[in-house]
Amino acid sequence: MRSELTLLAIAFGYLALLFVIAAWGDRRAEQGRSIIGSPTIYALSIAVYCTAWTFYGSVGRAAETGPSFLLIYLGPTLAMLMAPFVIRKMVRIARAQRITSIADFISARYGKSAGLGALVALIALIGITPYIALQLKAITLSHAVLVDYPLTAGDRLDAAPFWADKSFWVAMVLAVFIILFGTRHLDASERHEGMVAAIAFESLVKLAAFLAVGAFTVFVLYQGPGDLFARVGETPGLAELLSLDAVPGGALGWIGTLVLAFLAFLTLPRQFQVLVVENVDERHLRRATWLFPLYLLAINLFVIPIALAGLLGEAGSDPDSFVLTLPLAAGVEGLPVLVFIGGLSAATGMMIVETIALSTMVSNQLVMPLLLRTGRLPRRGQGALAGWVLGIRRLAILAILLLGYGYHALVGDAYSLVTIGLVSFAAAAQFAPALLIGMYWRGANRLGAGLGLVGGFAVWAWTLLIPGFAQSGWLDAGFLVRGPFGLEWLRPYALFGLEGWDIYTHALLWSLAVNAGLLVGVSLFSRQSALEQTQAALFTQALHPRLDQASLWPGQTPRGELRALLDRYLGAAATARVFAGEDAQDDDRPAPGAIAARAEQALAGALGNASARVLIDSVVRGEALDLDAILSILDTTSETLEMNRRLEQKSRELERIGAELRDANERLRELDRLKDEFVAMVSHELRTPLTSIRAFAEILRDNRELPLDKREHFLDVVVRESQRLSRLIEEILDLARPESGRLTLHPERLDLAALARHGVEAVQQVQEERGVALEVAIEVEDAPVIGDPDRLEQVVINLLDNAGKFADDAAPRVRLGLARHKRGFRLTVEDNGPGIAEDERERVFEKFHQIQHQDDGAIRGRPRGSGLGLPISRGIVAHLGGRLWVEAAPHLGGACLVMELPEAPAE
Amino acid sequence: MISPRRKERLVALIVLATALFTPPLLLVAERAGAALPLYVFLAWAGVIALAAWLTEGGRGE
Repeated sequence: MRSELTLLAIAFGYLALLFVIAAWGDRRAEQGRSIIGSPTIYALSIAVYCTAWTFYGSVGRAAETGPSFLLIYLGPTLAMLMAPFVIRKMVRIARAQRITSIADFISARYGKSAGLGALVALIALIGITPYIALQLKAITLSHAVLVDYPLTAGDRLDAAPFWADKSFWVAMVLAVFIILFGTRHLDASERHEGMVAAIAFESLVKLAAFLAVGAFTVFVLYQGPGDLFARVGETPGLAELLSLDAVPGGALGWIGTLVLAFLAFLTLPRQFQVLVVENVDERHLRRATWLFPLYLLAINLFVIPIALAGLLGEAGSDPDSFVLTLPLAAGVEGLPVLVFIGGLSAATGMMIVETIALSTMVSNQLVMPLLLRTGRLPRRGQGALAGWVLGIRRLAILAILLLGYGYHALVGDAYSLVTIGLVSFAAAAQFAPALLIGMYWRGANRLGAGLGLVGGFAVWAWTLLIPGFAQSGWLDAGFLVRGPFGLEWLRPYALFGLEGWDIYTHALLWSLAVNAGLLVGVSLFSRQSALEQTQAALFTQALHPRLDQASLWPGQTPRGELRALLDRYLGAAATARVFAGEDAQDDDRPAPGAIAARAEQALAGALGNASARVLIDSVVRGEALDLDAILSILDTTSETLEMNRRLEQKSRELERIGAELRDANERLRELDRLKDEFVAMVSHELRTPLTSIRAFAEILRDNRELPLDKREHFLDVVVRESQRLSRLIEEILDLARPESGRLTLHPERLDLAALARHGVEAVQQVQEERGVALEVAIEVEDAPVIGDPDRLEQVVINLLDNAGKFADDAAPRVRLGLARHKRGFRLTVEDNGPGIAEDERERVFEKFHQIQHQDDGAIRGRPRGSGLGLPISRGIVAHLGGRLWVEAAPHLGGACLVMELPEAPAE
Repeated sequence: MISPRRKERLVALIVLATALFTPPLLLVAERAGAALPLYVFLAWAGVIALAAWLTEGGRGE
C-alpha cells in the first residue's frame, strides 16, 4: 500500500480528481449555472486558510508550545465575526472597482497608484514565498515519512539533485494544474469558479482526514478522551503543556499572536482572493460568519489529543509528523494514506490559490504597468493583450512555484513549519494599516501608505526575516546577540532594548507601529491628488446607498476610440459586452458616462486598476473623475437621507394633526349647524309671545271702547306672555352661565328625597293633563346632600318634563326613583319611550342637540320646550360635585337619566 | 441587509468574543482550575453558536 508507485498514483489520481471538479465548475459557470452560488461552498473555500501548516504544524506547535496554536484560529474567528461590517465593505468595493487582488485594492484606494500596487505585490512575493516553500516541504516530508517509516526522514533530501527531488516535481505538476485553471479565461476575468469549487472540495477532504486520524487516536489507540487524559495526568511535565505558561511570551505573546492571526486572515493574498475577489454574492458572508469558525473549531478539536498521544507514545521524534507516525506506529495501513491525501489537499489548496493571487499581482501590478510605460505592448491586433496578460500570468505562476521550490531547497530545512508560517503572517499584516485605515479614513493618502508599507516591511525584514537567515546559517548569527556594528539597541529580537517579548509580538508591535505611524503621520501633513480624493471617498463611503460611479463621468470620451481600445486589449467578446445595447454607428459621438465607467471596469478586471486608468486616460485625455461632483453627491445624499428621515417624521406628525383638525372642524360645523337651528328656534320662540303681546297691545290702543272684561283678559294675556318671554330669556342666560363661570349657586344641606317629592308634585298636574302616568319609587327615608334647592328642583322638574315628552305615545309612563349608591344618592328618571342609542347618549348633553329631538317631538305632536334643559341641568349638577348621564331604563325600557350626588357629611 | 438591532447584537458579540479570548478572562479561567484548551473550546463553541443564531435566525426580518 505504501510503495512509492502506489503513493504517486494516489497523489496524481487525487490531483486529477481536483482537475475534474475544477473543469466541471468552470463548465457550469460558462453555462450560467454556477455551482459556487452557495454560502456553504463560500465558507468552505475560505477554509483554504488551513494549510499543511495547520494539518501537520498545529500538532507540532501544540506539542511544543501548548495552546498557542489555537490563536492562529481564534484571530480569524474574530475577523469573521466582523465580516458583516468589514468584509462586506471590502466585497462591495471590490465589486464596484473590479478589484483583482489585495495589491490592486490598495493601489485603487490610493489614487490607482501603480507604484503602491507594485510595492504591495513585491512585499507579498517576498513574504509569501517561504509559505509556499513550507507547503512543498510538508508534501515532501509527509511522503518521505510514509515511504521510509520507521526510518526517520529528512537527510536524504539534501544530497539529491533537483530532478530527483519530489518536491520539484510536485511544484511542476501544480504549476501545470494552476496554469490550466487559474488562467483559462481569455478575457482574463478575475474570478475562477472552477478553482473555488475544487478548493471547497479540498477543504472537506482535509477536514475528514484530520478528524479520522483524531478519532483513531482517541478511540482506537486509547479508550476515549478520559483514558488519554488520565495517562497524561500520570506523566510528569505533560499537563503543564496545557497551561498559558507554555505559550511563548505568556499573556502578552497570547495577545500578540491573536492580533497577528486576525490581521493576516484579512490580508494574506489567498484569503483576500477567496474572501473578496471570488465572492459571488454578498449574502454568503452571513453563513460564513459562523460556518467558517465552526470549521476551524472542528479541525482543531483533535490537535491536542494527537499531540499528547504522540508525546506519550514516543511515536516519532518530529511532532510535525505525529498525524502520520501515530497510525503508522499502530500498524494501520489505509489511514496513513488518507492522512497523506488530507495533507496533500491542504498544501495544494493553499498553493493553488496563493499562486493565482500572486500571479495576478505580478502580472497586473508589476509587469503590465512596466510594459505599458515602456510602450512594449503590441500596438495592433484584436484582443492581442488578452493573450499577453495570460502569457505573463502563466510565466508568473511557474516563476512563483520555482521560487517557492528554490526557497525550500535552500533555506527551508532550517525552519520548523510553524516558524515559516508566522513570518509570512507578519509580512502580510503589513498590508493591514493601508487596507483597513484606508477603508475608514478618507484622509489617508498615497505617500503615507507607501512610506508606511516600506517602513513596516523594513522593520519586519530586520526583526524576523534576516534573523531567520542568520539562524539557518546564511549569515553570522553574532549580530543577533550584540547588534549590528555593536549597536545593542538595534538587536533584531530586542529592538530599542525591548526584551522579554516573543519574537512575533515584538516584530508585530514595532513593524505595525512604524507602518501605521507613518501612514497617519505623513497623511496628516501631505496632500492628496484629485484622483486620490475621489477614490478615497468612493472607498470610505462604499456602503453608502445610491453611490453610483457611472454618474460621475463627464460624457466626453469618443465612442470609437473607446471601442478600439477595448477591442485591442480585451478582444471582441468583452467589447461587445461593454457596448451591449449601443449602436455601432454612433462611434463619432461621445460615449455616455456609464459606458466609459464600464469600459474602465472591464479593463480593471483584466489588468488592474492602475493600468486601466493609464489606458483610459490615453483615450479620455486629461478628463478625470470629477471630485467635486462625487463629494457633492456623497454629501448631498447623506444630507438628503437625513432630511428625508426628518421630513418623513414631520409628515407623519402633520398627518396626525391633520386628522385631528378634520375631526375638530367636523365638530365645529356640526355645532355651527346646530347653533343656526337653535337661533332659528329661539327667534321663533321669542317671536311667538312678542307677536301676541304686540297684537293685544295694538287692539287695546286702537279700540278704546272695548268692554272691561275683554280689556282685562287681553291685559292678562300680555302679562302672561311677557312672563313667558322673560323665562325664556332667563333660560338662555342660564345656559351661558356655567361655562362663563357666572353661575351663582347657594349650596346648603338639603334632603333630596323631600326635594324629589316636591318636584313630582309640581309637575303632577301638567303630566296628568297630558295623560302621563307618573310613578314614584323613593327607597330612602332621608337623603342628605349639599345643593342649591331652587336649582336642583329645576333639574328634577326638567328631567320629569323631558321624560314625559319622550315617553311612549299610546300609554306614556314615567318613573322617578331615588336610591342610595355607595357614598351618594342616585335619582333616576325613566320613561317607556324609544330610548337613546348608545352613541347618542353623550350628545344629548350638548348644547342645541336637543333641538333634533324637539323636531322629533314636534312631529309626534308633543309640546316643545326651550330645548336647553339637559345641558343646563348637567352644568348645575356638575357644579354641585355630582354627575348626570343617560343609560338604558331598567324598569320601563326607554331612556333613563341618572343624577348622582354625593352624600352630605354628617352634621 | 442587516437590521440595526442585529448589528448592535453582533457588535456586542464581537466584544464578548474578544473578552473571552484574551488574558484577563483567560487567566481567571485558568486560575479557576479549568484546563485552558477546554475553556477556549467551550467559549469558542459558544461564540459560534451565538453567531449562527444571530446571522441565520429570523431570515424573514
